[in-house]
Amino acid sequence: MLLNKALFFPVFDDNILFMSVSREDVRYIAALARMDVPEDKLDGFAKNLADIVHYVEQLQKLDVEGVKPTSHAVPVGNVLRPDVVKPSLTHSQALSVAIEAKDGCFKVPLVIE
Amino acid sequence: MNLHSLTAHALLDLFKSGKASGQEAYQDVLGRIKEVDPKVKAYVRMSSHKPDYSGEFPIPIALKDNLCIKGEEITCASRILKGFHSPYDATVVEKVKTSGGTILGIVNMDEFAFGSSCETSCYGPTFNPWNLQCVPGGSSGGSAAAVAADEAIWALGSDTGGSIRQPASFCGIVGLKPTYGRVSRYGLIAFASSLDQIGPLTKDVRDCALLMNIISGHDERDSTSVNTPVPDYTKALINDVRGLKIGISKEAFGEGLDTEVRRSVQDALDLLKKLGAVIKEVSLPHTPYAVATYYIVATAEASSNLARFDGVRYGLRRQPALLRKNALVDMYEETRAAGFGDEAKRRIMLGTYALSSGYYDAYYLRGQKVRTLIKNDLDEVFKGCDVIVTPTSPTVAFKVGEKISDPLSMYLSDIYTITANLGGIPSISIPCGFSKSGLPIGLQLMAKAFNEETLLRVSYTYEQNTEWHTRKPKL
Repeated sequence: MLLNKALFFPVFDDNILFMSVSREDVRYIAALARMDVPEDKLDGFAKNLADIVHYVEQLQKLDVEGVKPTSHAVPVGNVLRPDVVKPSLTHSQALSVAIEAKDGCFKVPLVIE
Repeated sequence: MNLHSLTAHALLDLFKSGKASGQEAYQDVLGRIKEVDPKVKAYVRMSSHKPDYSGEFPIPIALKDNLCIKGEEITCASRILKGFHSPYDATVVEKVKTSGGTILGIVNMDEFAFGSSCETSCYGPTFNPWNLQCVPGGSSGGSAAAVAADEAIWALGSDTGGSIRQPASFCGIVGLKPTYGRVSRYGLIAFASSLDQIGPLTKDVRDCALLMNIISGHDERDSTSVNTPVPDYTKALINDVRGLKIGISKEAFGEGLDTEVRRSVQDALDLLKKLGAVIKEVSLPHTPYAVATYYIVATAEASSNLARFDGVRYGLRRQPALLRKNALVDMYEETRAAGFGDEAKRRIMLGTYALSSGYYDAYYLRGQKVRTLIKNDLDEVFKGCDVIVTPTSPTVAFKVGEKISDPLSMYLSDIYTITANLGGIPSISIPCGFSKSGLPIGLQLMAKAFNEETLLRVSYTYEQNTEWHTRKPKL
């Protein structure tokens, strides 16, 4: 799959970005997200994403110079606890959900030839 | 006696006086489910949990399909999690079980909580008990519909951008999104971790306080849960709002607000004023940007959280019949293509885009900065107000199918609720009227972080002086 990340074309007009989202853009984002999108769905997603991206571009109107970003509503830092062993899921409980398991491990398709 | 039509506190009174038992209540609600769920379709599966009725609060409860229950299939209404049986209990489920709660079953939602109508569920939609042609709201639409239809005494849902309050409003019940960190998220399948919060959907405000008592509290398994003491929320049920300052945000009463919703909210404010509250106009100048901010922040977090669904460990796995390039990557791509519905794909792609190299600063970082501006607006207003009142949703419940093909118009259904999630503050929706078409209207109240008691007090006072919460849909 072609990975070309310069596929969005931002046009500055009155400090607002106008984006078009193409079929290629959808293919590129879907590949980043490790998701197959069938050919017949590309146009629909491109239109939806263009609408939403256009809508969120209103944020470009705001002056955010010097504003600190908020990543959490309440200030959170590292939370530490004493390093003490406590009951947790057993090996077999954790593996009970496995799609495929072998020798006590999750089994996946061949990775290295 | 129709035990299913009662509130939890009314049932508890009957249990205490020996006039009914937890087992009778459970059986009665199961009968009700059998009778009306074929029409409402709130439940996606019944619980295999065997209740023992010996606890303090043997109240029949419905749980949203994103709360892990040990040994039960939990799917987030997504094909990608079909067949996943949780090996552990979410903290809230543990708390409900410890309190004696009798779990009826698991209720419908939008896939991964992505939606405001319950229509993106892989099981198909749930219908609004007040009008079966309408949506119950979402994403906790199954929770709200079950409670409104007396198919559960109360329910738990989750709220990332309004997913408890908007369906509560559409179904004419009470729904509370607690302060971020008040309730443990351990065992809640994550959508947007900085916004998600679990909360109660109940038939009245007293039940809301009771269920908050059960589920609140610090949990060392959720590092974002906050370690502050949990009050007895029933002590906040005081029928008195004299002197309390209620802010009305002028931004919330602009274009796009349905006239019947506007009138009901205005009537509610007039009543609160008559009861002694002080009403003042306030401004939250950045709230018109809340939906845009949310759809960047929430989808970015979602695209990251949903990366774990890849066919490696649990849930669905799909592999191409013929080896193409890399068996592992093929498996990821095929599994995610087959497992996620269109709205989930849309949000994952939007979030991936907002976080991708070259666009991170313009979208994600800018979104986080606007979030700060919205939070600052709230801080400023709460310096002079105890609560802010808005409509919960700009319209009453819409028709099934009406908005599903236009994602953006669906997103705007959450225009009033999203602010509280971005600010991490508590917010409640209570019934405040009906449209001429007979659909419920909701009143939203927001308060400062950890001021759930103020919300409950104002809501309780309003409820004691109105009768909206006593009306029942005809099914």
